[in-house]
Amino acid sequence: MVEIKSVSKSYDDVKAVDNVSLIIPDATFMGLLGPNGAGKTTLIRMLLGLIDSDEGRMVIDGEDVSRDNHSLKKKIGVVPQHINLDKELSVKENLIFSGLLYKMERQLINKRTSELLEAMNLIRVKDRVCKHLSGGMKRKLMIAKALIHDPNIIFLDEPSVGIDLKARREIWDILKRMNSAGKTILMTTHYIEEAEYLCDKVSLMNDGKIFYCDTPMNLIEMIGRFTVEYFENSLETKFKYFKTLELAKDFASKINDKYTIRDTTLEDVFYSFANRMVK
Amino acid sequence: MEVLTILWREFVFFKRRFWKITSALIVSPLLYMVAFGWGIGDNLVVEGSNYMYYIIPGIIALTTMRSSFGAISMRVSVSRLHEKSFEYYLIAPISMYLLTLGHILSGALRGMYSAIIIILTAFVFGIAIKINLLFIFVCFLNSLLFAGLGFFAAMMINTHYDMNRFTSFIINPMSFLCGTFFSLRKMPYLIRSFIELLPLTHSTRILRAIALNGKVEVFSILVMLVYAIIFFILSVKACYEEAV
Repeated sequence: MVEIKSVSKSYDDVKAVDNVSLIIPDATFMGLLGPNGAGKTTLIRMLLGLIDSDEGRMVIDGEDVSRDNHSLKKKIGVVPQHINLDKELSVKENLIFSGLLYKMERQLINKRTSELLEAMNLIRVKDRVCKHLSGGMKRKLMIAKALIHDPNIIFLDEPSVGIDLKARREIWDILKRMNSAGKTILMTTHYIEEAEYLCDKVSLMNDGKIFYCDTPMNLIEMIGRFTVEYFENSLETKFKYFKTLELAKDFASKINDKYTIRDTTLEDVFYSFANRMVK
Repeated sequence: MEVLTILWREFVFFKRRFWKITSALIVSPLLYMVAFGWGIGDNLVVEGSNYMYYIIPGIIALTTMRSSFGAISMRVSVSRLHEKSFEYYLIAPISMYLLTLGHILSGALRGMYSAIIIILTAFVFGIAIKINLLFIFVCFLNSLLFAGLGFFAAMMINTHYDMNRFTSFIINPMSFLCGTFFSLRKMPYLIRSFIELLPLTHSTRILRAIALNGKVEVFSILVMLVYAIIFFILSVKACYEEAV
């Protein structure tokens, strides 16, 4: 279980993370959703012990997070936002290097390497030097590296940023399989459809604060399952949310301009809540 | 285990770029031999020794410095600032001092490799200098010391351009001032006193004393040891600060 208890972090006079509390039960796929600069990466970096928090505590599996807590580090796998592969090493060598850093036995490293190359569909490029891989392959290798020591908890910071749709779908399947195998996952993303597809629960974050945390469906039902999207006076797109399709149709019939009635998405939820916060 | 892991990673890197690294290392000593050997010739005598024999220990000190400093500073700064792969060490269960030690050792081994190349190149030019265990130890200590400085420099800079400044203001002046190419006896007192503080002066002095007279400069060895320890401590501290 991951527990974040009233954690804050400031840079000069900017509060990057502001009194955030969050509990992620075992085997949960939690999404941390928010725009750029919301504080998601700072929160992840604090969970990794890369940054010290100004206030609050972070506890993972009953142990306090700290830079020197090596036993805890062995339980965690990390996929950072930027590609951090050793570009001069081959795919296989990158995995062996990770296994050695996590002090695994060589036999076990070889076994895990074979399994992960198979699972990530990287077998045919196993001897290719990383600088010659495609973006999608690099991302898959980063996930494989994070899994080499078979961690129970995985932090993914924007795992599918900058890759094409096919590779993204492949990564989604990998993440789904990881969660089905009982891994606890915290994933930051600003791809809302990614969170909607993958996550059991979603935390909405903006300006350093988590302002809602629930299942995607509950969050959607909170504002209404149906959305009427219309272009008011040809100046600005407006959104109205309704509990039932009948209410949505009734409202739409009074609009003089073009409109669309569709299912509400997490993007609408985020937009709606973020707007309310601003107002 | 961690140190061996880092050495393995650096060995793979070295193996993959063997010819590029080796050819780059051969160029400088070859130029020195041509310029100082064929150019200046055998007639020049400095401090009672033939100039080529006088200069070779200095070139070894200079090249091991540049090679170990350059190898580690480039590798770590690229890994830290460009590839971002250095962050992986901070996430992994690895002690900062072992992380530092592994990198510094790998840099020192690169320095030793360059020393071997210079000695072989000199041999091809007909210059065989006296080498004993202490000579090898001092070469290693010099490489270790400057690999430590290289690691520290790579941890301190914020852009690759900063590394050029570090080389321009620290490594290049040492290369020319520390008695590698000429005797320091005729230098003005104040400048000589300052040069005496620099680590390359001491490594050049020890290597030259061993190669020319078989003498042991204990004080200079101690100075080098102190520098190596200081650079190691500064590097470990920089690693911890990087992690925060």
